[in-house]
Amino acid sequence: MFSNRYIFVYSSIMVIVVAIALTIVAVSLKPMQEANVRIEKMQNILKAINITATPKEAEAAYKKYIVKTFTLKADMTVDPSVDAFSVDLAKELKKTNPADRLYPVYVAALDNGDTSYIFPLRGKGLWGPIWGYVALKNDFNTIYGVMFDHKGETPGLGAEINTDKFQQQFFGKTIFDENGSFTSVKAIKGGAGPNNPHGIDAISGGTITSNGLSDMIHDGFTAYLPFLKTKINQLNTDKTDGGTQL
Amino acid sequence: MTHLFDIFVRSIFIENMIFAYFLGMCSYLAVSKTVKTSVGLGIAVTFVLLITVPVNWLLENYILKPGALVWLGSDMADIDLSYLSFIMFIAVIAAIVQLVEMVVEKFSPALYNALGIFLPLIAVNCAILGASLFMQERDYHSIGEATVFAIGSGIGWFLAIASLAAIREKITYSNIPAPLRGLGITFILTGLMAIAFMSFMGIKI
Amino acid sequence: MKEPLFSPKNLKLLTGPLNLNNPITVQVLGICSALAVTVQLKPAIVMALSVTVVTGFSNLIISLMRNTIPPRIRIIVQLVVIAALVIIVDQVLKAFVYDVSKKLSVFVGLIITNCIVMGRLEAFAMAEKPWRSFLDGIGNGAGYGLILITVGFFRELLGSGKLFGMQVVPQFLYEIGYKDNGLMILPPMALITIGIIIWIQRSVNRELIDKS
Repeated sequence: MFSNRYIFVYSSIMVIVVAIALTIVAVSLKPMQEANVRIEKMQNILKAINITATPKEAEAAYKKYIVKTFTLKADMTVDPSVDAFSVDLAKELKKTNPADRLYPVYVAALDNGDTSYIFPLRGKGLWGPIWGYVALKNDFNTIYGVMFDHKGETPGLGAEINTDKFQQQFFGKTIFDENGSFTSVKAIKGGAGPNNPHGIDAISGGTITSNGLSDMIHDGFTAYLPFLKTKINQLNTDKTDGGTQL
Repeated sequence: MTHLFDIFVRSIFIENMIFAYFLGMCSYLAVSKTVKTSVGLGIAVTFVLLITVPVNWLLENYILKPGALVWLGSDMADIDLSYLSFIMFIAVIAAIVQLVEMVVEKFSPALYNALGIFLPLIAVNCAILGASLFMQERDYHSIGEATVFAIGSGIGWFLAIASLAAIREKITYSNIPAPLRGLGITFILTGLMAIAFMSFMGIKI
Repeated sequence: MKEPLFSPKNLKLLTGPLNLNNPITVQVLGICSALAVTVQLKPAIVMALSVTVVTGFSNLIISLMRNTIPPRIRIIVQLVVIAALVIIVDQVLKAFVYDVSKKLSVFVGLIITNCIVMGRLEAFAMAEKPWRSFLDGIGNGAGYGLILITVGFFRELLGSGKLFGMQVVPQFLYEIGYKDNGLMILPPMALITIGIIIWIQRSVNRELIDKS
């Protein structure tokens, strides 16, 4: 009862109608979706310096606290042509040639007058990617605050990395030892003990996520290492010169 | 190589389509009454996955992804068609299932007799679309990774349905409370099997 | 003869799927795409609403088109309509409830292959008038949502002591030794919870018991 011609015309019309409808929906909602992604990134960066902002406040709070951003090339020289906020670390880490990667740094002016440097990190958990931001104090060694999140770690186990309780363990930990060599901060199975400056308690039952987190912090800061070392050396020379300027 | 092997083992045991994501449950519950038919369906699912996931990987990476059209010219780099991915994936799956059915019927009537009745069912099997969507979400780097993931997921699904069917064949002799008979006990069984599968989670390669 | 919009016969289309003709526990349809989102109540509710919207409107649209669809490409036409609706739902979720849409991830897309949608199109909308089809779609979506929300309720309550992310199990219970059941959060317990729901439902409605 239906000819081939009818079927052909019918499906063509249907495809065109559907395509137009979907394009209209997608294009008209796109600005809102992009704003959501942007605001979430701002909230995450602010969380690293322990500021919780609602989606509505995020934009204003970000403007207030994040005073400067810059992008580092893989050799740790500043690339002035790239806006740090637009750099997606996930995409950078996927580049096959490590020399092409870009590393953003966010500089925050804290309420107490100090400056904090925020570094984005990205790694692998048990089920999928984990990521976060770590804020260092202006000695480029002590952790001021952290923010971690995950795509789909096991709820109640690995997923605990995004809770305040877990993240507060990082406050005041240091990523260099007293001799100035890089140690990173590790999640230690069975507990790190209160006096370990480079370790926090791993999540019991979430070993793979905890290890992934340790690797992420280690690998993330390894990339920034030359930059951090230069800054620390500068601080030391300033100190011997009697200067306090950064 | 270890990387590919890792994806393979993970997709069979850890990220099992049925036990971790409940994908393809409808046909899993409906067809798992006897081992023979469930083996047939399991093979058919693996086979279709093996074809559709790599094809959708190509589609995703050369047409749909933001910037994927750059091979047509640099002015196409800004086009983002990712909102069309659902409809494109399902269209590819439906078309390929149809095609496979026709090819198998023509060249291997024996295989067609074994798989034929399952093929139409497969177009709407969530595991097939699910695998393509996971491929997109996890952003596999190469077609090799996507293919290995597809085979692994298929084998995982096959394992799950074959073992459930074996248990269900035996369980007909058990004295189960009447309201739990059939569907109820099958759900609980699947849950218990999933708990057993969770012990694979510690595998690290 | 003109039937009122909510005649008893039409109302039955809405209420039937909630219990005696429930898509999950009786028709065994559409278990696939949704159980993984029942760890918490909020995503479960959003998922339930999304599925209801898709079943309702796909039933309506297919029913309006039913006399023009060539049987040979019937399945493809249905899939295209469903997929288009799902894309719209997905885009709307991404724009308005971004945090929930992240949690649902691929499972919104999987509504396309949710057997409920296809099943109702084939069994009902291809043969019935638009308004009745629409009610049938909404009813089945709601029946499906009911199970999803029940499972989500128990998993969040027993698994993390919360509802909608708010603590509901009082602190003093933890102090005297109550512990959240971590197993409830893991995927297997979704299946076992449904198994138990089926058990209870069939104990109450004896006519649903498997004869074989």
